[in-house]
Amino acid sequence: MKLSRVQELLKATVLCNDRLLDELEVNAACGSDLMSDVLAFVKDQGMLLTGLVNAQAIRTAEMMDMRCVVFVRGKLPGPSVVDLAAEKDIVVMSTPYSMFTACGTLYAGGLVGGTIH
Amino acid sequence: MQGRGFGSGNTVTLHYDVDAGDFSSAGEASANLKRTLKQLGFPPEVVRRATIAMYEGEINMFIHAGGGVADVEITPDEIRIKLVDSGPGIPDIALAMQKGYSTASELAREMGFGAGMGLPNMQSYTDELIVESQVGKGTSISMLVRVGGSSAQ
Repeated sequence: MKLSRVQELLKATVLCNDRLLDELEVNAACGSDLMSDVLAFVKDQGMLLTGLVNAQAIRTAEMMDMRCVVFVRGKLPGPSVVDLAAEKDIVVMSTPYSMFTACGTLYAGGLVGGTIH
Repeated sequence: MQGRGFGSGNTVTLHYDVDAGDFSSAGEASANLKRTLKQLGFPPEVVRRATIAMYEGEINMFIHAGGGVADVEITPDEIRIKLVDSGPGIPDIALAMQKGYSTASELAREMGFGAGMGLPNMQSYTDELIVESQVGKGTSISMLVRVGGSSAQ
């Protein structure tokens, strides 16, 4: 699924790297507020949905080769978090939907959970 | 190894000071290691295992010890990471290795960590993990990631 479609489905505001919206595609996503769980269990997932609005969400995405972080419940990170993501070529969005609704919307739209290990 | 000019007999060493400043800076050393390993041409899975283990270690040093130092030795066949801090130490290492056991602060939890997965993650992503600790003196963690290693990850 192209990130432009993700944005559309989630009615999301793009906070950085919008130039990559039509370029990048993700095949799976995960939703978590616990970064250690993302680091422990997630594999081959291109996108993170989280309510954790700090730099470690971006760092974790970077370590896991994720290309997009979506902040749920309308949360907005500080400028330093957005700057870090911009530097790492990670697209950042904010959706008004809750975690449950955001994940469900993407799943219904065809994006799956991918593999865990 | 496909890295240009990085073949048998070559060693790259890296040193990082992980300070206890802003939490947002935690992870910078791991990001740098990741970039270096990629540039040297290591396979993505090896890069991933080494950097996740390093990242968990870096976060742990930040949360528990107020920082420390990280030294990395890279050869074409393996990556050795040593993390040393002067923090409070770990009274019971076996207990600390259990998934879910944590002594992290509420702040650490608010930052997305402190759920007792750090050391177990470091173990599962590496081929060798040695934890040495003295209460009141500090902790030293040595990790080895082999290229083509047997880690389940």
